[in-house]
Amino acid sequence: MERKEKHEKNSGWEQFLKSEFFYHYKKNVPAIIGSILVAIAIFIVVFGRFFAPQNPYDLTQIDLADSYLPPIWQDGGKAGFLLGTDAQGRDIFSAIIYGSASSMMIGLVGAMASCLIGTTLGLIAGYYGGKVDAFIMRVADVQLSFPSMLIALFIMSVFGRGVGKLLVALTMVGWVTYARTVRGETLSVKKMEYVEAARIIGLPNQKIILKHILPNVINSVIVLATIQVGSFILTEATLSFLGVGVPITKPSLGLLVKTGFDVLFSGLWWAAVFPGLYIMLIVFGINLLGDFLRDELNPNLK
Amino acid sequence: MIKYVIKRFAQMMAVLLIVSVLVFLMTNFIGDPVDMLVPEDATLEEIEAARIRLGLNKPLYVQYAIFLKSVLHGDFGKSYTYGLPAMGLIVERMPATLELVAVAAALVLLIAIPLGVYAGAYPKRALSKFIMSGSILGISLPSFWMGMMMIYIFAVIFRCLPASGRGDTIPVLGVQLSIFAPGGIRYIILPAVTLALTNTATMIRLTRSGILENMRQDYIKYARAKGVPAKALLFGHALKNALVPVITVFGLDLGNMVAFTTITETIFAWPGMGKLLIDAINKSDRPIIVAYLMAAACMFVVLNFIVDILYTLIDPRIELR
Repeated sequence: MERKEKHEKNSGWEQFLKSEFFYHYKKNVPAIIGSILVAIAIFIVVFGRFFAPQNPYDLTQIDLADSYLPPIWQDGGKAGFLLGTDAQGRDIFSAIIYGSASSMMIGLVGAMASCLIGTTLGLIAGYYGGKVDAFIMRVADVQLSFPSMLIALFIMSVFGRGVGKLLVALTMVGWVTYARTVRGETLSVKKMEYVEAARIIGLPNQKIILKHILPNVINSVIVLATIQVGSFILTEATLSFLGVGVPITKPSLGLLVKTGFDVLFSGLWWAAVFPGLYIMLIVFGINLLGDFLRDELNPNLK
Repeated sequence: MIKYVIKRFAQMMAVLLIVSVLVFLMTNFIGDPVDMLVPEDATLEEIEAARIRLGLNKPLYVQYAIFLKSVLHGDFGKSYTYGLPAMGLIVERMPATLELVAVAAALVLLIAIPLGVYAGAYPKRALSKFIMSGSILGISLPSFWMGMMMIYIFAVIFRCLPASGRGDTIPVLGVQLSIFAPGGIRYIILPAVTLALTNTATMIRLTRSGILENMRQDYIKYARAKGVPAKALLFGHALKNALVPVITVFGLDLGNMVAFTTITETIFAWPGMGKLLIDAINKSDRPIIVAYLMAAACMFVVLNFIVDILYTLIDPRIELR
């Protein structure tokens, strides 16, 4: 008994290490690079504020005398300000740490909410069919005929800046992808014999959906969600850059690039370059990982 | 076929009607336009007079009916900031935006299709893997930041290309275009490349997966067994079939590019309708926002309609429903 328990404890992790999935992962250099980038980004989000030299959003810690300092390796750089400072004397390095936490949080929560709502609607539409299905899919069709950036831009311009509003806008834009994919896959899974069997023995619909259909569509959902976190980080940055995203007082990588843009022409390149570069690295990491997951979990997904 | 076209056309109109309701309802949330119009020390009577002049005192559904009627006449009211008809302002700036989109779209096709075909035909080569990783990088780039970097490199450091604006325009067939004006092409390079970037990356991936998919098909195996040379196989058979979905997505991407000009035009101060929209949003200039959205909606819906019809013409496997 004891031996068996021990065996089971190990087997999960061991099985994973021996799995085809992990074998492919080990041989896939882009996937490894991607996961390292994502791991670093997550580490910075979680522990960043413990090693950030200052809190750039705490006005008492900023000194205007430190404004426009170049990065430390250039002439005029000052110790403690690794990547230089901006017009208010904020340390760019610290600002990136704080900004990335908020940008990644928005991307993650937005994608989770979209995933939850979209998958639920997709399951319902695919499983029950009929009028509900027709209604959900028509709404999706109408929405898909417009570029999502424009919809998000419009929603934000109507309701004004704010983190909560941004999340609502992202969710309103993001659910469609899941709903479409999940519905399509539900339709084909529904025809499988085991679903029919489950129905014949009288299992309630809810249980069939959760236990028999969801596990078969979850792979695509995981892939879509991974890629969407990246694209939402970009959308957040873009909207904040255009002035309709996160409020100016809140940390955001997009806003950092925007403030950097204002001084770019006077040659203060660092305030715009580093935050944008960091956005790119995070999203690049997520996309590399998403690409690998797609190839492994569902190669047919576009 | 005719029945299908009529049905799609009716759907198109329904979508536009829904959009008009949504746009109307939502713009009602954008700050009170009266505040933007009357002087700060206006009396209550003056504010009320402005309200009546704008028709803001009537019930919502009456306002919508009036709105719909004037929209159908192409009348979106006068811009609060410019004092000119909003639709006129949009139409005036449309050539600049379409010019930018056209150049960017040409760049996308010229770069993406050859690279995508190469990566799809020789998926194991190092260069193909490099192209694919590069395309992921392209998708991951914040395009507004990329635009800035190009301004910094080419306009601030090397001073070889202009950082912003459109330069002079000359009339071509009655439309003001800058690309044919002397030196005009120098202005369009940076914004067009910025706009083309993300779409090029997605288009490369799409072309590649299309080629890969087709190369696995039986008809390719037969052709190969028959002794058709590899080049003819690739360009004559696989590419032709792979291009069908590519062209479809490209058509829809044109709409996306129009939306993304809001960003590109803001960075490069390109005087198109995208920049007009962002300026209008910042000033709560309701008529311009509404006119832009309705113009854009028409553009997208018509684009979708054309792509759908073309698709059924090109690909006979599509069922007409």
